[in-house]
Amino acid sequence: MLKKQYLPIVITVCLLGLMFAAGSFRYTGFFSLQVLFNLLIDNAFLVVAAVGMTFVIVSGGIDLSVGSMIALTTMISATLVQQQGWPPAVVIPLVLLIGSLFGSAMGAIIHYFKIQPFIATLAGMFLARGLCYVISINTITIDNSFYTSVAQTKIMLPGGHFISISVIIALLVVIGAIYLAHYTRFGRNTYAIGGSEQSALLMGLPVARTKILVYTFSGFCSALAGVVFTFYMLSGYGLHAVGLELDAIAAVVIGGTLLTGGFGYVLGTFFGVMIQGVIQTIISFEGTLSSWWTKIVIGLLLFLFIVFQRLLSARRSVHKI
Amino acid sequence: MVKHHLFWPLTVLGALLLFNLVYSPAFFRIELRNGQMYGSLIDILNFGAPLILVAIGMTLVIATKGIDLSVGSVVAISGAIACLLISKGADQNAFGLVMLAVAVALALSVALGIWNGLLVSVFGIQPIIATLILMVAGRGVAQLISGGQIITVNSETYNYIGAGALGSLPFAIYVVLIVLLVASLLTRRTALGMFIESVGGNPTASRLAGIRSRAVMFAVYIFCGLCAGVAGLLLSSNVSSADGNNAGLWYELDAILAVVIGGTSLNGGRFYLMGTVIGALIIQTLTTTIYIIGVRPEITLVVKAFVVLIVCLVQSEAFRKTLVQRFKMRKYPLEQEVKRHA
Repeated sequence: MLKKQYLPIVITVCLLGLMFAAGSFRYTGFFSLQVLFNLLIDNAFLVVAAVGMTFVIVSGGIDLSVGSMIALTTMISATLVQQQGWPPAVVIPLVLLIGSLFGSAMGAIIHYFKIQPFIATLAGMFLARGLCYVISINTITIDNSFYTSVAQTKIMLPGGHFISISVIIALLVVIGAIYLAHYTRFGRNTYAIGGSEQSALLMGLPVARTKILVYTFSGFCSALAGVVFTFYMLSGYGLHAVGLELDAIAAVVIGGTLLTGGFGYVLGTFFGVMIQGVIQTIISFEGTLSSWWTKIVIGLLLFLFIVFQRLLSARRSVHKI
Repeated sequence: MVKHHLFWPLTVLGALLLFNLVYSPAFFRIELRNGQMYGSLIDILNFGAPLILVAIGMTLVIATKGIDLSVGSVVAISGAIACLLISKGADQNAFGLVMLAVAVALALSVALGIWNGLLVSVFGIQPIIATLILMVAGRGVAQLISGGQIITVNSETYNYIGAGALGSLPFAIYVVLIVLLVASLLTRRTALGMFIESVGGNPTASRLAGIRSRAVMFAVYIFCGLCAGVAGLLLSSNVSSADGNNAGLWYELDAILAVVIGGTSLNGGRFYLMGTVIGALIIQTLTTTIYIIGVRPEITLVVKAFVVLIVCLVQSEAFRKTLVQRFKMRKYPLEQEVKRHA
């Protein structure tokens, strides 16, 4: 029997199906498994980043540094691999470590000095973006054999379809995050803090540790998303992933997570990203749109989706204003 | 005095100005040329005017526990439509034409505010995502209006709004003062301010107490749209052109920052208009300072990040307590130990 709290996810999935069907009727060649796999290939980094964001939002915070952190990761990777000649086996763990440390520093500032997450991570966003420009203001192209081979490897699936290694990473992150959220102490603590930090504290839950870990995890996910993004773009650039944090937040919210914290699912976020992917695919199939009509249509589709979701789940009385 | 909500924002602003005084004494020089005042301080007020306006609107939205990400796009749309109308006119200097353009731009901004208010208060969509829609689509609308290009106008009359002078001060400063005065009077001399804070504290409880929560929310988003529209007019008329792509880009973040530096919490329920104005001035002073001392453009953002962090840390009571405790412990470790046991 379907539990009531899964309703937002079910609605999201249904609307995803509906949008995909609408696209299939309108455009020839839209209805194929490969289009679906391309959604995953093109949005793997967004999935990874949004998963980290889900934890932050469930804990009642927000992380605006995601996009800049991705850019910083591509920049550091590109410089070290391309200009310093470091092996990728050292660079990738290093950038993941940097991302995690960056996240935990923000988490510590947020928790110990009671600074609002929006502002602390906004400062983090400026800092990470600024560090990119300190490294270089130009694009650094990567032609390291490891990065290019990872980028070009196609994992063949039955029926002539393929996915990339990044997709595997993204799916592993989603599965890992679902386990982390629902079957570990850390996950339950995160939900508890999001529900009410005061109560969590009174219950004796490790609020400080969990909160800092949540931001550390988000920093780690951003860095991993940055690694995946490096595979995708094969370059480092300070203007990569501008405004991606808003895409990630949108994906999380579309997936049914409440910004007030304490309620939401990682799987919902995954479908949220897919929705955004379908919107982009529809735009690219439309083909003739000028860049401003693209933005308007994206906004319009986002609006339609959110209103539908809202109307369908209106009967839920739990989270009414 | 330390407890006053304006103390820390004013201290930070004072510190920034003091730094400038030490670094370049010319900073405080104000000259009178052709009966108009010139100088860095006047520049800060003049160029900071659009940000102050947007931040004032944002303050009220944040006070209801909302957020408005679309202000940057509204700034772009309002500037674009005004410039488009004027550039189409036969006589660009005609007073009637400029007034019409201003009226249309403001009406459009109000309409966009209504749209946001509708999504948030009637549909009940979370504010950040509801306004994100207009942030994305609005940028497209601005580009659509301007045809993806920069519209330049050649109108002395329009240029007056953003670059003209009334008496010896820039006209923009008066615009800010009027909006600030209206907002303060409406919120502090009538019960409206109390209603806004109450809705921010708890919308359901406010509704049960007889406040029309939805109407209040509607009103703040409309006001925020209007403020952003006026800011768009100031920005575009100052440079006599409208750029759909870049006008007001990332304005929402600066505005939110100004609000928070001013002491208003993002959790809603309290707001300080004067704090916001000072917050916006801090940001503008910081930008001006960075230009004056000639920080390399590559590291401008890093400097900004650290200043923002320091400003927020200074305002954080937890941080100050930690510092004070460290200081005390270091000075009298033994004495404190003894006292605790006694």
